[in-house]
Amino acid sequence: MEDKQQMSVSVWRGGATGSFQSYSVKVEDNQTVLDVVAWIQQYADPTLSYRYACRVGMCGSCAMMVNGTPRWTCRTHVNKVLVDGKMEIAPLRNLPVIKDLATDMDPFFEKWVAAEGFHHPTQTRHDPIEPISPTSEDRVEANAGIECINCSVCYAACDTVAGNPDYLGPAALQRAWSVYNDSKDANKLAILDAVSGVGGCHNCHSQGSCTVHCPNELNPMAAIAGLKRETARNFFKRRK
Amino acid sequence: MIRGYRTHTLWLAFLLHRVSGVALALFLPAHFWVLSYALNKPESLDGFLNWADMGIVKLAEFGLVFLLAVHMFGGLRLMALEWLPWTSGQKTAAAGAVGLSTLLAGVFLLRAI
Repeated sequence: MEDKQQMSVSVWRGGATGSFQSYSVKVEDNQTVLDVVAWIQQYADPTLSYRYACRVGMCGSCAMMVNGTPRWTCRTHVNKVLVDGKMEIAPLRNLPVIKDLATDMDPFFEKWVAAEGFHHPTQTRHDPIEPISPTSEDRVEANAGIECINCSVCYAACDTVAGNPDYLGPAALQRAWSVYNDSKDANKLAILDAVSGVGGCHNCHSQGSCTVHCPNELNPMAAIAGLKRETARNFFKRRK
Repeated sequence: MIRGYRTHTLWLAFLLHRVSGVALALFLPAHFWVLSYALNKPESLDGFLNWADMGIVKLAEFGLVFLLAVHMFGGLRLMALEWLPWTSGQKTAAAGAVGLSTLLAGVFLLRAI
């Protein structure tokens, strides 16, 4: 008879090659997937490697594949993902595995830089602060993406990233779109050049997995569509 | 394999768009080949048209009209997504494309039988 007090958790052990190892973990009320991983590491196998920091959905460190779907584990309740008393936890997809559940996030962050997803200043610290209306059209568009916590859930959910390792991915492109709409940014052309290259926004097939799985309910697909429009508009402008 | 993270409306719309596109690409050469009979072998074309009157072929044509329509409406949705100002309700638009295509193909089938 199935023991309702225990769940069977399959956890990826190893690097790029490895296998799933099964652990029996006590079912608790109000238990998150991260709680389960922490319990295994503390009480069953101290060699298990994983990454987390804040445990409250702010830092974006603890994302993993749970039953094949990328999720922020600190805000995912076990009772939401447990199927017949079983659960599978694996490292994030589309990123190199360092060990067990910890992935190398370098390619993800390098793409933010490659997409020019950083501020290009217009002024110095000695200039007065420029007032920006929070209701202006550009600011509303920029605000739509700024709650990104860099968790890489969208990156792991994206089949275009899986098929083309050069593709910048939803998070980096969304960041580029936010910076592009920032009226204080000085080099919008550099952003459009960066996102219209080989791995740029035009690779996106609008599958929408990024938007479906974003834990903060952001819409990278809309941001990428915005970049597609602006790069096309800029292309025809230059031809004039 | 359709994994958990893919089972949502827009990913399925993507899959349908690809499958319908490949199916139409395979169909079109055969379509033009049959049309060429009108110029070269009219008697063969008549034979083919008699064969195409069979119920099972009409049913296959229902599928063909559906694929054609869903590829067109799906393509229009994608072009609107990429060229017009962003509109929410993409899932509704994708579902609407499937609904409209089913309606069109159904009307075709009812007129054909």
